[in-house]
Amino acid sequence: MAAGLDSPQGLNGRGRGARRRIGGALYRRPWLRGLSLLAPPVAAFTAVYVAALAVLFVSAFWGVDPFAGTLIRHFSFDNFRTLWDASVYHTIALRTIGIAAAVTLTDALVAFPIAYFMARVAKPRSRSILFVMVLLPLWSSYLVRVYAWRLILNKEGVLNWVLHGFGLPAANIAYSNTAVWIVFSYVWLPFMIVPIYAALERIPHSYLEASRDLGARGSRTFRSIVLPLALPGVVAGSIFTFSLTLGDYITPKLVGGSSSDFIGNVVFDSVGVSNNVPFAAAYATVPLLVMGVYLVLAKRSGAFEAL
Amino acid sequence: METRTTRVTLGIFTGLVIAFLWIPILLIVLYAFNSSNVQSWPIAGLTTKWFSPAIHDPAFQDAMVLSLKAGALATGIALVLGSMAAFGVHRFRFFGRESVSFLFVLPIALPGIITGMALNSVFVFWHVNFGLWTVVVGHATFCVVTVYNNVLARLRRTPTSLVEASMDLGADGFQTFRYVTFPAISTALISGALLAFALSFDEVIVTTFTAGAQNTLPLWIFGNIRLGQTLPEVNAVVVLVLAVTIIPVVLAQRLTRESGLLRTE
Repeated sequence: MAAGLDSPQGLNGRGRGARRRIGGALYRRPWLRGLSLLAPPVAAFTAVYVAALAVLFVSAFWGVDPFAGTLIRHFSFDNFRTLWDASVYHTIALRTIGIAAAVTLTDALVAFPIAYFMARVAKPRSRSILFVMVLLPLWSSYLVRVYAWRLILNKEGVLNWVLHGFGLPAANIAYSNTAVWIVFSYVWLPFMIVPIYAALERIPHSYLEASRDLGARGSRTFRSIVLPLALPGVVAGSIFTFSLTLGDYITPKLVGGSSSDFIGNVVFDSVGVSNNVPFAAAYATVPLLVMGVYLVLAKRSGAFEAL
Repeated sequence: METRTTRVTLGIFTGLVIAFLWIPILLIVLYAFNSSNVQSWPIAGLTTKWFSPAIHDPAFQDAMVLSLKAGALATGIALVLGSMAAFGVHRFRFFGRESVSFLFVLPIALPGIITGMALNSVFVFWHVNFGLWTVVVGHATFCVVTVYNNVLARLRRTPTSLVEASMDLGADGFQTFRYVTFPAISTALISGALLAFALSFDEVIVTTFTAGAQNTLPLWIFGNIRLGQTLPEVNAVVVLVLAVTIIPVVLAQRLTRESGLLRTE
């Protein structure tokens, strides 16, 4: 080892040697480096987040003393029985999942043409401008955008003002499930556009040329080449739109009506109002299970590489 | 492969959807300058009179301070854990490597109420008092992924030959990190941090379950909208929040091409 290398750093030989030995040992054993780097974040995540999920799951089988309001740590299926027996919880769960599915479908249909335009038609310069135009709303405050819609859909809002201008009757969609559907589709749309764009951009141009050389028309190329290759992007986007809708309670509260409650609203009220964490936990297992199944299916379709 | 008509139609459609994405945001900015306290359209006139009472409202100030503190601390934790994880996963193949990525994406892939509820029940279980740190822990769980994704994407695009060249020239591991790796990833770190801060500053759902009795800024806004209180002030605050969430994202975008939860490469 050349001694001259050490002197400009002003380190004494021994400290430098130790540092070099540690550095060398870590460089030669990538697993050791990987392990020492990964252990703290993974341990922290497991201790806080995964443990929390486990506690959530376990507490779903607990109860609350109706008089004292204290936690009863007794294993029982009471919470699930209540959920199963009361039809109101079925309605709410079906509404949540139904609107989440509708929002996902709407966003996929709206996002695909834009993503296609951005990835395959727009010139590089306008592409990056479009990208910023799509990405900025995604990152601007979610709550603010929902609130904006509350003002737009209001009886005296912009929507009715525009309709009135065209001589059309006023739309009474404020505080309804329709409003919830529109607003969710609006707020999560960029989450769908970006992964589809990424998937479309990755399709090599030679594939399209090959398809044309083999005699396929535009529509055939689209069906047989573009669509299958873009599908992982659609699935990746749908994870966001579906999951975010499934776990939300702000939008139903702000733009929904009296019969727009989501699973999230019941969960929130159980925790915040009636202080019944076990019941909330039991109901929260519904979106957890739905998302679990969805994520496993999505992982199989290779959507995680497109995320 | 597209005909001219298809291209033009796609272009018009894209323009319409971009307008659809931006009109509500522009409208809410206009509402902040509404001279009437009635929230109807068209607005009565323009004024800046709501900003002063909004900024001087003590409840707003408390919420703002809590949001800034929580955002800064959560971002700090996310920076440390996210970059460690990214370095660990990069160039290190092992069984369960996919699961590690999956673990960090989980807090944003799972519905917000799940994360919120889960953290809430763990805090209740351990008798932790709700306060600044419970909010920070909640925010850090979903902020880690932004730093992780940004740093990992940058590491993957940084040629390993740079590191090897540095070692060949006699630098030890720490010097290589200090003079080669760190400069290469620094903008990715900053952009990841900015995005994490924007994410934290805006979060409502997880926060409601981890904040206890105190209000972050989004919680303050949400509460006021729901109760229909001081709406003109809320409109003014909302514009401030928009600015605080958009500015870091614009900066992040300028620093890296791969910014965002949803990167393009």
